Amino acid sequence: MPAATRQLDELIGREYRHGFVTALESDTVPRGLSEETVRLISALKHEPEFMLEWRLKAYRHWLTMTEPHWANIRHPAIDYQDIFYYSAPKSEKDGPRSLSEIDPELLRTYAKLGIPLKEQELLAGVAVDAVFDSVSVATTFKAKLAELGIIFCPFSEAVQQHPELVKQYLGSVVPYTDNYFASLNSAVFSDGSFCYIPPGVRCPMELSTYFRINARNTGQFERTLIIADKDAYVSYLEGCTAPMRDENQLHAAVVELVALENAQIKYATVQNWYPGDKEGRGGIYNFVTKRGECRGANSHISWTQVETGSAITWKYPSVVLRGDNSVGEFYSVALTNHYQQADTGTKMTHVGRNTTSTVLSKGISAGHGQNTYRGLIKVLPGAENAHNYTQCDSLLLGNQCGAHTFPYIEVKNPTARVEHEASTSRIGEEQLFYCTQRGIAPEEAVSMIVNGFCKAVFQNLPMEFAVEAQKLLGVSLEGSTG
Amino acid sequence: MLSVKNLHAGIAGKEILRGIDLEVRSGEVHAVMGPNGSGKSTLAQLLAGRDGYQVTAGTVRYLDMDLLAMAPEERARAGVFLAFQYPVEIPGVSNALFLKTALNGVRKQRGLPELDAMDFLQLLRDKMKLLGMDDKLLARSVNEGFSGGEKKRNEILQMAVLEPRLAILDETDSGLDIDALKLVADGVNRMRNADRAIVLVTHYQRLLNYIVPDFVHVLSQGRIVKSGGAALAVELEQYGYAGVESENEVSHVS
Repeated sequence: MPAATRQLDELIGREYRHGFVTALESDTVPRGLSEETVRLISALKHEPEFMLEWRLKAYRHWLTMTEPHWANIRHPAIDYQDIFYYSAPKSEKDGPRSLSEIDPELLRTYAKLGIPLKEQELLAGVAVDAVFDSVSVATTFKAKLAELGIIFCPFSEAVQQHPELVKQYLGSVVPYTDNYFASLNSAVFSDGSFCYIPPGVRCPMELSTYFRINARNTGQFERTLIIADKDAYVSYLEGCTAPMRDENQLHAAVVELVALENAQIKYATVQNWYPGDKEGRGGIYNFVTKRGECRGANSHISWTQVETGSAITWKYPSVVLRGDNSVGEFYSVALTNHYQQADTGTKMTHVGRNTTSTVLSKGISAGHGQNTYRGLIKVLPGAENAHNYTQCDSLLLGNQCGAHTFPYIEVKNPTARVEHEASTSRIGEEQLFYCTQRGIAPEEAVSMIVNGFCKAVFQNLPMEFAVEAQKLLGVSLEGSTG
Repeated sequence: MLSVKNLHAGIAGKEILRGIDLEVRSGEVHAVMGPNGSGKSTLAQLLAGRDGYQVTAGTVRYLDMDLLAMAPEERARAGVFLAFQYPVEIPGVSNALFLKTALNGVRKQRGLPELDAMDFLQLLRDKMKLLGMDDKLLARSVNEGFSGGEKKRNEILQMAVLEPRLAILDETDSGLDIDALKLVADGVNRMRNADRAIVLVTHYQRLLNYIVPDFVHVLSQGRIVKSGGAALAVELEQYGYAGVESENEVSHVS
């Protein structure tokens, strides 16, 4: 094992390493899913009894469910018995040895996004010491966070070291019975992130950099749990603008957020998994369940997402507004090009009094891309003075793509105010001609117009992320001006 | 500078321009006048490179280049500017960013270094002052929520920043009140010089009281039916297009 990998293992904990090492020796858990698979995964991770029980309950429940087909997406049937549910990180003998073995197309994209060489190697899965620098950075971060009592570690480490927190909060927002993909995730999730911010603590940094490294091996069935205790604050960044190589076609992640009294959680995602080629071959199927609960009064959860990758995106980051005066927000940019399909949106469930939610969705379709916004605003009988504002805009580039909007509104309290605005526009010849007539190249013009369209969402991203996101849109739209 | 010869063009099989001949030299200001539907705007848009028109005959030379073979952005970078009759809104893109991107595109073509943000802003502020424009318009999205007058002044501002060789102003006077008209006219007059040509496309003579052209052309049914000096515009004001057109018919017969 190279020094870098060893150091990474030390970082993420002994038990975890054992899990990996064992798995490496046995290569992978055999293909297919059974109770045995679930037991094996739990055993490999040396999980306590309660975790195994939870996984098994999830698995048994999953068996009673059928794959949902209500979304506006089409794909060949998924054979759940033809999937490896636990695979160890690739050893260097499988992976590419240097960037010269990597698809030049991918490298070209990295270069355009301005990704440093070391990080390119990391993303492409090249086994080198690139991890080294990042690991030491991560270690420094960890020490600083620990001083404040913040727990921020791989999920499997949290299971070992903070079982009481995991037991208390795991599945409390997304129960293992929630939906087909969440149940599957609950049964077989490999790893993910765990974050706990103690009462009154304001997390002093964006929890992000670390994740570019950490996300490497936990892509397929990822599980994230973030808890902001009373008066705590955290801003969390997930993902990376660089397209990630991944052999696993099916991704089914779950993210749960819990905000207690006066707490605030900001969660930002840039998702750029492999979208398939120009003819729509290959690409990741991304079925994600993300939900936050504003459990305490005056709590605040906001989701910001920039979705440009995956062949299929099925994702509805939601907020349950249980605490009085709590606030939920959803800001989204979803882009589909070539043959990508996205069915994404949010659910805002107003339970407490004076709860407020804001939804701002920007869908961009190019090529043969299909983009669907699906949203539910639900106001329960006890939610006095609930207020929602939804704005949902679609932008079409070309005439082969599609934009669809399915807003659902269920109001059971007469004091509620629910506002919905929607628009669909085409990047007009007019707009394009106006730009080119001023000397702006067509590709640059499209990128400028699209970024303008998304501005209100990008404003909610941390600065450097916003800059990356803008570049990403430009790259993702290449070739769409015909 | 611009030489249009026997230009025939149309859209969707319908011929709109039916043999235009027009010679514009550096330093000249030409007014192309005509009633609605005479082909004025088609001519302006065609010269600027708007897609969708079919040229069926004729040639357009610009600075010894085949203008019709050039993409819109190439024409722009070579110094062709169109002030739009209906300036387009681009939500979320600030006026300043738009202009900076455009200017740097043009400067690159001319072999000049890109302007940095500070120099650019200074340049922009100076030009805006001359046009009586509010600084606040810089941060606003391109033309979004601008009044009619603000939109037209914004076009002239863009022209002032991009410093074209050939400026085509399409109905820049329409929808302007008298004060705005004077400001726009001042802006254009300030741009007049020996290296630059300006083509004013207009329905009314009003603008020509403030920007006095060297030549006036009357366009009717896709042809230039009469050309003359500034006095022709005054004549048009008195007798209307019908008068000029019928006179032309007569002259053809005789």
